[in-house]
Amino acid sequence: MSDGEISRRKLLLGGAMVGAAVVTGAAVHDGELGMPSQTIKGALPWREGAADAPPIATGTDYRFFTAAEQAFIEPAIERLIPPDDTGPSAMQSNVHVFLDRQLAGPYGRGDHFFLGGPWPKGTPEQGYQSRFSPAQLYRAAIPAVESYAKSQHDGKSFRELAAPDQDAVLKALESGEAKLEAADGKGFFAMLLQNTLEGYFSDPIYGGNKDMAAWKMIGFPGAHYDYREWVGRHGERVPYPPVSIQGRPGWSES
Amino acid sequence: MATQLPPVDAVMVGFGWTGAILGQQLCDAGLNVVALERGVWRDTPTDFATTFAQDELRYMWRHHLFQNVAYDTLTIRNNVNQDALPMRRLGSFLLGTGVGGAGVHWNAQIWRFLESDLKAYSHNLKRYGKAAVSAYDMTVQDYPVSWDEIEPYYDAFDKLCGTSGKAGNLSGKIQEGGNRFEGPRSAEYPNPPMAMPYGPTLFAKAAIEKGYQAFPHPSGNVSRPYTNPLGAQLGQCTYCGFCEKFGCGNYSKATAQTTILPYLLMKPNFTLRTESEVLKVETTADGKRATGVTYVNSAGEEFFQPAEIVVLSAYVLQNVRLMLLSKIGKPYDPKSGAGLVGKNYAYQTMGSVNVFFEEKIMNPFIGAGALATVVDEFNGDNFDHSGLGFIGGGYIAQMHTGGRPIEMIYTPPGTPAWGADWKKAAARNYLRAVNLSCHGSVMAHRGNYLDLDPTYRDSFGRPMLRMTFDFTDNELKMSRHLVDKAAEIGLAMEGVSTVKKNYRTGSWSVLPYQTTHNTGGTIMGDNPTNSVVNKYSQSWDVPNLFVTGAGAFPQNAGYNPTGTVAALTYLAADGIKSQYLKKAGPLVVA
Ligand SMILES: Cc1cc2nc3c(=O)[nH]c(=O)nc-3n(C[C@H](O)[C@H](O)[C@H](O)COP(=O)(O)OP(=O)(O)OC[C@H]3O[C@@H](n4cnc5c(N)ncnc54)[C@H](O)[C@@H]3O)c2cc1C
Ligand code: SF4
Repeated sequence: MSDGEISRRKLLLGGAMVGAAVVTGAAVHDGELGMPSQTIKGALPWREGAADAPPIATGTDYRFFTAAEQAFIEPAIERLIPPDDTGPSAMQSNVHVFLDRQLAGPYGRGDHFFLGGPWPKGTPEQGYQSRFSPAQLYRAAIPAVESYAKSQHDGKSFRELAAPDQDAVLKALESGEAKLEAADGKGFFAMLLQNTLEGYFSDPIYGGNKDMAAWKMIGFPGAHYDYREWVGRHGERVPYPPVSIQGRPGWSES
Repeated sequence: MATQLPPVDAVMVGFGWTGAILGQQLCDAGLNVVALERGVWRDTPTDFATTFAQDELRYMWRHHLFQNVAYDTLTIRNNVNQDALPMRRLGSFLLGTGVGGAGVHWNAQIWRFLESDLKAYSHNLKRYGKAAVSAYDMTVQDYPVSWDEIEPYYDAFDKLCGTSGKAGNLSGKIQEGGNRFEGPRSAEYPNPPMAMPYGPTLFAKAAIEKGYQAFPHPSGNVSRPYTNPLGAQLGQCTYCGFCEKFGCGNYSKATAQTTILPYLLMKPNFTLRTESEVLKVETTADGKRATGVTYVNSAGEEFFQPAEIVVLSAYVLQNVRLMLLSKIGKPYDPKSGAGLVGKNYAYQTMGSVNVFFEEKIMNPFIGAGALATVVDEFNGDNFDHSGLGFIGGGYIAQMHTGGRPIEMIYTPPGTPAWGADWKKAAARNYLRAVNLSCHGSVMAHRGNYLDLDPTYRDSFGRPMLRMTFDFTDNELKMSRHLVDKAAEIGLAMEGVSTVKKNYRTGSWSVLPYQTTHNTGGTIMGDNPTNSVVNKYSQSWDVPNLFVTGAGAFPQNAGYNPTGTVAALTYLAADGIKSQYLKKAGPLVVA
């Protein structure tokens, strides 16, 4: 194969890979090795139809969480972002759907985590130090939190607790005071809170932020890309309703 | 067995910002150049089109454009008494991968160091005495380049990028509206400053009332359409607010993609191979000459690429690791202080102040990576450090980089992290708060260094890089000083209700994000006993090996590094073109 041009064979191979990746929604341009190596010379490579558009989550059914896990996740995220007059709650925003899709997908598998051993406990400064991928951590931590809740509150499951008692369990996880059997409770809480905020505020294409109501609540216009006419309009509210990467209702058929 | 490839004049290891700059320079000098990049090809319409670039989850939180630590990471610890453990998830810094490197998702804040930064040792020694430069086990030293030497190359990078800003010192004449502390510039910025939203405007006003100068942040988000000397065209920035940590869909951010590749990739004497990871620099038996590099492509095939000149342009961390894996130079030992490769690893000390407004609407989402007004009174040695107990400093800026809601909602002091009170505070303050960033230096200290990890290995079975780093009291005191000064300005902003000071305290931690401004490890100096490379980024030990990037910094200044990184890369290119090609060998005789 000559070095002198983008090789035809590789171009075809590359095209085929991109096609396959679009079907599965996998990340092609993810900095992961695995794509055929390209030799680029005398040209700026560009391929029609190869844009690295994001995968779109569909449906509102559960695909990852078991019934027992749902019984914890739903009330737990509803305490993290409760329903009130200020704006939507986590459940009203479909954060549970977001979490489910994330954990069922590449993030759940820890596609951007290094999970190799050995696995001694680290200092707080060393951050995440577990063999578990996020999906494994949720799977291990939820039953452990339930056992902890039962041990503290007369055998009641998390769902059965009154809101202040649910908050007490969550705070004990947050501070590290609750020692769980099978998982790092503090690390789990940090991940759950982060993922909940992600589901609340990320683009609705990922299954959460239903109707972009969380964006409306704070005043974020979403996926706009041009504010030139607004830079100099100091103190004025930008009147645009939020828009998603997929547009907004009434904007297009999607 | 590695397949032997035809020899080339120069091989570049890594094709990010510095790889692209040096590649262009060497190709223009007629050299036959091959660049090996371990990541994928990336271009604007394919990888960060305006139809999907503005996706906070995917790019910021799922690391879509960053180095994937599942394949390669490093180990970290705060001091030699701890066991280093892998950075299992990126956090404090967000390493680049793929064509364009970290430059694809940088902010494009384009700074020059101060004249006194280049002389951090001798300048501080003269002004404050021996104790000031040796406290906290400091191992600070001078850059081997003077202002006059480096200035033309700063200017070249500004012209490449179309930097938008206002000069403060034109050939020694102080200019109204610019940074009067900067070294003399040979030319005004190629483009006028960016338009300023409300926050930076109020910040500048308050700063001036307090007796400081305030000026627009130099920006590689361009303020108007621009064609650079290579004929590459940039479009006007639209203040989209998805800039740092994101690719630009508008061709408005200066990157290798927008400023160099349209020119370089068309050259017949340039070849780029992607998904090609260099494992090692090969040397002759006596270790005095690099013969080329061994690399593996994504199919697992191994190649040997012979070359007359080898350039490590793989970012600070991988450059150091490749030096160590290739057994070039002597590894630094913090106990004895002997050895140089890995020495003087430094970083950035970040503090901040959140400013909350009673009623004013700040529209934080109107942002760009380098959109800010800046106060530079407390940077470097722009102020008298007598009695303060530290050297170094940083700039204070009202950075208006965007209002991405997962990352950038500020809540007043005392707000809980979740629950009804958090929600109320988030809803109330999102539009009514701005952030003052305090971007501080890190001096070199004996205990901060890079070496190979004894335990953890990457997917090729090679030792990971090990980072041993902590802030010392020098950095923490400096940062505190900046935060306090910033808070005073914040409290003087019109319509303010309260401020929240975020001091940098305790040990360096993998969370939260601070900056991707890792420096040192292949430091430059005026002789082989104090440095790994000379001022032309040329290895003292292996004269046909050049090492680009912020690894050359003897210690880090209070500014973002890439302006200086790029200038040093142009200086290296000039050394190669004007001297080395005539007579291969050491460009500096010490
Ligand atoms: C979010 C963010 C914001 C930033 N903002 C600013 C800013 O505003 N101002 C500023 O001055 N700086 C900023 N920076 C830093 C700036 O991006 C870097 O200083 C700059 O990109 C460094 O250039 P480089 O060529 O040394 O490395 P890079 O641009 O990172 O390129 C290195 C390349 O080498 C490749 N590579 C590594 N190892 C190998 C190997 N073994 N074989 C083959 N290839 C390899 C990598 O994949 C990468 O593509 C920012 C960085 C980040 C991440
Ligand atoms: S802010 Fe400007 S330069 Fe940055 S990504 Fe948006 S359009 Fe591009």
